[in-house]
Amino acid sequence: MSAFAAVLKRDLVLALRRKNEVITSVFFFVVVAALFPLGIGPEMNTLRLVGPGILWVGALLASMLSLSRMFAADDADGSLEQMALSPNSLSVLVAAKILAHWLLSGLPLVLLAPVLGLQFDLSANALWILTLSLLLGTPILSLIGAIGAALTLGVRGGDVLLTLLVLPLYVPALVFGAGAVQAEISGLGASAHLSILSAMVLVAAVFSPWASAAALRVALES
Amino acid sequence: MIRKLFYFSSPQNFYPLAGKLWPLFACLATALTVWGLWLGMFVAPTDVQQGEGYRIIYVHVPVSWMSMVIYLAMAFWALLGLTFNTRISGMLTCALAPTGAIFAFLSLWTGALWGKPMWGAWWVWDARLTSELILFFLYLGFIALTSAIDDARRADKAGAILALVGALNVPVIYFSVKWWNTLHQGASVSLTKGSSMQQTMLEAMLIMAVAFWMYAIAMTLYRVRSIILVRERHSQWVADLPEVKAKSLEARA
Repeated sequence: MSAFAAVLKRDLVLALRRKNEVITSVFFFVVVAALFPLGIGPEMNTLRLVGPGILWVGALLASMLSLSRMFAADDADGSLEQMALSPNSLSVLVAAKILAHWLLSGLPLVLLAPVLGLQFDLSANALWILTLSLLLGTPILSLIGAIGAALTLGVRGGDVLLTLLVLPLYVPALVFGAGAVQAEISGLGASAHLSILSAMVLVAAVFSPWASAAALRVALES
Repeated sequence: MIRKLFYFSSPQNFYPLAGKLWPLFACLATALTVWGLWLGMFVAPTDVQQGEGYRIIYVHVPVSWMSMVIYLAMAFWALLGLTFNTRISGMLTCALAPTGAIFAFLSLWTGALWGKPMWGAWWVWDARLTSELILFFLYLGFIALTSAIDDARRADKAGAILALVGALNVPVIYFSVKWWNTLHQGASVSLTKGSSMQQTMLEAMLIMAVAFWMYAIAMTLYRVRSIILVRERHSQWVADLPEVKAKSLEARA
């Protein structure tokens, strides 16, 4: 547990010393959300309809921007190898890194989403569900993304490859995340969608650190 | 029996076995395709609602089945490769992927050809179409990952992990898109309810399914032989193979 806290603290401190990486992905989210109305047109009725989906896809792409850096720096300076050699389970250390990634790239998006939702004229209820669905959904993105980041570590053209691997696996989170807001707007209620999202977070939280650690070991072997 | 199986997990022993088996499966595939297509195109009656256009079912449905079965087979070999660390498993996973991707693509294509006259659209965002598309993406991701890694052993293991993660995800993806939207006609053949099809139609479709199954096995065995040769090209047993020896003598002369 202390190793978990140490890795988490270290990753957070490192990121806060180099703030621009965090800010870039947040800024990306804001810009993408602002570009869609320019492409679609300012018709509020349309925007209200597509808003949840756009914000969700934007969050998905924004959290993917920083994925390839999740293990790359540690691999370059050798600390990843030390983590693999340490007596602590690699899965636990990887879980700490995933949590750090979510705190730095997922949580800011969750906090920003209600503000951006206002641009799409979402109602207060819908904004609340949007925030909640992102709060439950963005950890899934970090968890699944970690497997992809570990698999593509040090691979030629890894960044582009990572998007190809990870995006199809994000589909369920997107469907239920954006679906929760749509269901709330249409009056069906979002509790079913949110329950499924929570179930997916739990399953991903169990399997992802383990699978990512296995993938990291494969990458470090060669 | 188990020992016998592990005997073939060595590329050196599997290579001649695959060489003997693939022509057999290829012949079966050809014969069954001819039989199945004849039954489907000439013997099976015209559909009441869909006319002659429905006959694409004899390609579309078996191809879609195979695209899913092959992903399962990949996951099976991936699991075997990770647990027993057998080299042939990784090669088989790699050999299966292109065939699976082709089936997934064909399923989308024949689906579009069928959808245009029946629904009036090449593409609709329906659950089964969408999950087939995502399955196609999963195949492409697997092929891209394994071909981007130069070290064959690492490529096999990384690919195996990806295949397993994908296999865990496929049912989740399927149900998520299913609840998201559905317009596709219900499955005509299901294990629980039996079939709602006419007898000859069903027969022709099942024959085509077996034919594609044989084709997939033949192609995989053929491809795995090439993979074995490429990976083992520096070993003595490959140099001693009669076909390789003849080639190298030719090159020398």
